[in-house]
Amino acid sequence: MHWNGKSARFGASLAALLLFASHSFAQQKRQIRVAAAGDLQAAMPELARVFELQTGIHAEVQFGSSGNFFAQIQNGAPLDVFFSADSDYPRKLEAAGFAAPHSGVVYAIGSIVIWMPASASCDLPRLGWRCLLDPGIKRIAIANPDHAPYGRAAVAALRGAGLYDQLQEKLVLGENISQAALFVQSGNAEAGILARALTLAPALRDGKRWEIPASLYPRIEQSVIVLKSANDAAAADEFVKFATSGPGRKILLNSGFRLPAVMPAAAAARQP
Amino acid sequence: MQALWLSFRLAATVSALLLLLATPLAWWLSQTRWRAKFLIESIVALPLVLPPTVLGFYLLVLFGARSPLGKLWTDLFGHPLAFTFTGLVFASILYSLPFAVQPLVAAFERVDPRLLDAAAVLGAGRWRAFREILLPLSVPGVVTALVLSFAHTLGEFGVVLMVGGDIPGVSRTVSIAIYDHVQALDYAAANRLALALLFIAFAVLCTVYALNRRVWSPWPARHAR
Repeated sequence: MHWNGKSARFGASLAALLLFASHSFAQQKRQIRVAAAGDLQAAMPELARVFELQTGIHAEVQFGSSGNFFAQIQNGAPLDVFFSADSDYPRKLEAAGFAAPHSGVVYAIGSIVIWMPASASCDLPRLGWRCLLDPGIKRIAIANPDHAPYGRAAVAALRGAGLYDQLQEKLVLGENISQAALFVQSGNAEAGILARALTLAPALRDGKRWEIPASLYPRIEQSVIVLKSANDAAAADEFVKFATSGPGRKILLNSGFRLPAVMPAAAAARQP
Repeated sequence: MQALWLSFRLAATVSALLLLLATPLAWWLSQTRWRAKFLIESIVALPLVLPPTVLGFYLLVLFGARSPLGKLWTDLFGHPLAFTFTGLVFASILYSLPFAVQPLVAAFERVDPRLLDAAAVLGAGRWRAFREILLPLSVPGVVTALVLSFAHTLGEFGVVLMVGGDIPGVSRTVSIAIYDHVQALDYAAANRLALALLFIAFAVLCTVYALNRRVWSPWPARHAR
């Protein structure tokens, strides 16, 4: 291809046009960039939608594993709010000075379930753990316990039930909880230990699930922080406030989360 | 170490199998006058363009109990193809296919067709012409195909992440192990493995290119034939 004056001028004017368009667009609308853990797959779009209706602020959401976001934020990822699947990552970020002071709030309590496809022969809601001992169960999908909070919870629950040694050989590890769900949903694993909120998403809603007793694994407190590098800190604060109060809490509850009983102290302290 | 050894085994198995599979395919591609050949060429080149996650996702669906192939495999062997070494080999062969086929086709096409015609006139069958003329004249292409498919499999990440299930000794390859270490914030361990992989990859490439130079040099003038 030859570069001549004409195409160079065309390229330049195109670039100018794009620059102008993106610039004027950014001015038009307040926007925040939200990083959300995989188990918020169903809840977060709804939170963002209602929030935008109420405030006119657009929340641009990206999903990923909390560990990934943790590393990205430390390396200057352009994000405003981080909804983690645990409280450790936000706490560490706050300690390292990446979060706005006192912005950490518990927004939800996660829980785990055993999930099997609707076609599974075992009567999961009645038999619970015993379904995992069925000889037909060759593979059990969980998230990687080394870095995924839900994976840690799954291993703790298996240990608590005294089944870990027996079932360890059958465990396959998803990189995050969504991937573990895909392993079961696609029929490559016969059962999975998944985030309850994830199993209520459309793709998994029809399957069988059994709630694992909360006494068997450490409480999965999920925290959100506003990042120090936020472009529009006021808008970010507003989104966090929305997610942790009335309508936001209701959306989280409907999406399969439990809620922190009282408004956490950190949030109360943040109020002027 | 276990992860490095696993990756090495996987890459060796895949590149050896690929050479067996890709050679006849490349030969056919270089000889055929079939008008729809471009269809096959496009399919072979697809893994170059598709993100590994797409390939991995389709493979996972294909391996799953809902697909006919997945069901057949489970009936025959009692377990699904995903999360096994065999499954990884299968996935990697698809993923690295263009890296084996394309250098071979290029090498076969460079061979002067008159030599093959002459062989045919002199009574050599197609197999003999392939073995005694085409293959010896295509050694650089064969070496390139072998190295590229080995290297590509050694560094494979996305597909293994999708269909592997991260089982130590079975599917926790070195790239997955590095990723796990990074995720677990164990940067020192990640660094050790990454450095080891870097050196091994460099050593393999150096060895092969050094050997290849003796067989085929970019400066033919220096070689007395």
